Amino acid sequence: MADVALRKVVKRYDDVEAVRGIDLDIADHEFIVLVGPSGCGKSTTLRMIAGLEDISDGDIMIGGDVVNDVPPKDRDIAMVFQNYALYPHMTVAENMSFGLRLKHYPKAEIKARVTEAARLLDITDLIDRKPKQLSGGQRQRVAMGRAIVRNPKVFLFDEPLSNLDAKLRVQMRIEIKKVHQKVRTTTVYVTHDQVEAMTLADRVVVMNKGRIEQIGTPNELYHKPATRFVAGFIGSPAMNFIPCRLEDVGGTLQIRLTDRIAFALPPARAARYNALPRTDKLLLGLRPEHLTESHAHLEPGVESFDTVLDVTEPMGMETLVYFGLDGTPVCGRVNPNAGAKDGAPMRLAMDLNNMHLLNEATGVVL
Amino acid sequence: MADVVVEQGRVVRPTGARKRTGLRNAMGRKSTVAFFLTLPLILLITLLVLYPAVYSIHLASLNKSMQKFVGFGNFTFLFNRDTFWMVVKQSCIFAITAVFFKALLGFIVAHFVHNIPAKGQRKWRGMLLVPWVIPPAMSTLAWLWLFDPSYSAFNYTLSFFGIGPINWLGDTLWARFSVILVNVWYGAPFFMIMYLAALKSVPDQLYEAAAIDGANWWQKIWFITLPMMRNIIAITTLFSLIVTFANFDIVRILTSGGPLDRTHIFATWAFKVGIEGSDIPLGASVSLFMVPILAVAAIFILRDVSKRGNEA
Repeated sequence: MADVALRKVVKRYDDVEAVRGIDLDIADHEFIVLVGPSGCGKSTTLRMIAGLEDISDGDIMIGGDVVNDVPPKDRDIAMVFQNYALYPHMTVAENMSFGLRLKHYPKAEIKARVTEAARLLDITDLIDRKPKQLSGGQRQRVAMGRAIVRNPKVFLFDEPLSNLDAKLRVQMRIEIKKVHQKVRTTTVYVTHDQVEAMTLADRVVVMNKGRIEQIGTPNELYHKPATRFVAGFIGSPAMNFIPCRLEDVGGTLQIRLTDRIAFALPPARAARYNALPRTDKLLLGLRPEHLTESHAHLEPGVESFDTVLDVTEPMGMETLVYFGLDGTPVCGRVNPNAGAKDGAPMRLAMDLNNMHLLNEATGVVL
Repeated sequence: MADVVVEQGRVVRPTGARKRTGLRNAMGRKSTVAFFLTLPLILLITLLVLYPAVYSIHLASLNKSMQKFVGFGNFTFLFNRDTFWMVVKQSCIFAITAVFFKALLGFIVAHFVHNIPAKGQRKWRGMLLVPWVIPPAMSTLAWLWLFDPSYSAFNYTLSFFGIGPINWLGDTLWARFSVILVNVWYGAPFFMIMYLAALKSVPDQLYEAAAIDGANWWQKIWFITLPMMRNIIAITTLFSLIVTFANFDIVRILTSGGPLDRTHIFATWAFKVGIEGSDIPLGASVSLFMVPILAVAAIFILRDVSKRGNEA
């Protein structure tokens, strides 16, 4: 096991920069998830750590050693691929032991390690089968088993769950987390699914257009996003962005959303935003759960307003409501018993204690 | 498709149809329709395969003047001739050696071509296929000139190194070497193109997984490429073995079986005794000998193919 460090890592394909200077420190035992939309450079970054792609610039270190020119086989890493990449002509046991056999481990130790990994992943019964005879979830387990038996310094996962159906994905997500709790190997995991990122990671690295947007724990990213991209990418349904401006009215700072809707900011927020120029084009960032049905006793900082709902989506434990504010579509989450109906008027409450204010031009959270 | 049509036909038919003739019922049966649909192919195979095969068996059972039935007489005659056993041995040496080197060369060249960037690959593929697309009757003539003992390019070039002149087609060993060399030159592109197709069908991720598992290039070939190509290798080898065993033109043009019958293989010897020696039944008996030998080879080679199927 080892820590991993990336220093100003760049990947160029001809004249396209896929990865544009990434700095990242991954601690020993840590579970890091690289997340971002397709084409953001996350898989390329992972493949560079694996040694499957050359590095155009910068350094990659595993366990303190620069491995830029070390071939994959000498990096002591294990990788789980999106389509598993199991050797079709080998049985499960042979697949798992392949790396050990290449390194001429004693037979008894190979058997012990394979048996242990199979037990850990609950695939003991499948050990003599060929990959063709396995289901998607079982293949995924074998691919993980192949990684575990090697006891490498680092595990690399490249979108390992995206070929599974939704139910199995949830199940395997939990399995991966359990395995990491037992094995504690440093792990770098790539996914485009923010739910996977949030649920698995010790720390999440959000990438966009070849750069790192933000690194943080799932909670940090959710509650304190640094940019509009992160704010919009993490969380489902996505955060609302409502054009707004700041106004001074009678000595208090208030935020104006539409001609008819404006609220006084809670004192803490007012103090934070007071220095901002009043003319700037701003966006109010508000998660749907902070837009709920209004009731009689609202806490300080929670403001209510009337609107007409466009569409409602009953989800069972909650109902999503969609409406417009001066043409900007907005989503809220209300109690299923709050009586939200398509096309009906409703009084909603906005929790400004949890608001974010963004610069519309730069996308930076202020 | 046919099933659906037939099923629909039945539904549409009025209930009274049951009382109609047996012929009508037979026509409506799935198996009957299937038979008629495959009839053209059955006729074609009968005409082009079955008839010649039966006819050659019939020929092989006649005497030289083709007037009298002699049963296995021709075969017992062959078994008692040393030349026949020499031809059997030579055919096996010729076919096995040639197929082995064709496969080896094809595999190596396929790897090189596979690693050429996609842009330039077409050009190389086309050029490398040239030996295979030129009719061997023509290209072998060029080889015949190259092998000429007095004036050929080979001996001329070798003379600079103080070697030769080599009697390429006149010396037993060199004559055998030459016919095999030309056969390899002619047949290797076929292996190359088949192996190239097989190589392209191996997913890159398997090599990446193997690289991470610690395999070097040789281990990747041994543990990934070869097992993944096993079916193609088996089928290509069988196919080539049949064609090489039955080869005629290369040997005929280069050596005509000489020197002293030392390069004869089944087809050329069958031609010699059958056509040139005017003993058609004996020639037919010689060529029939290829069947059991190839059948055994086919059983061995194809034994695992159906079992393995497509493991991917």
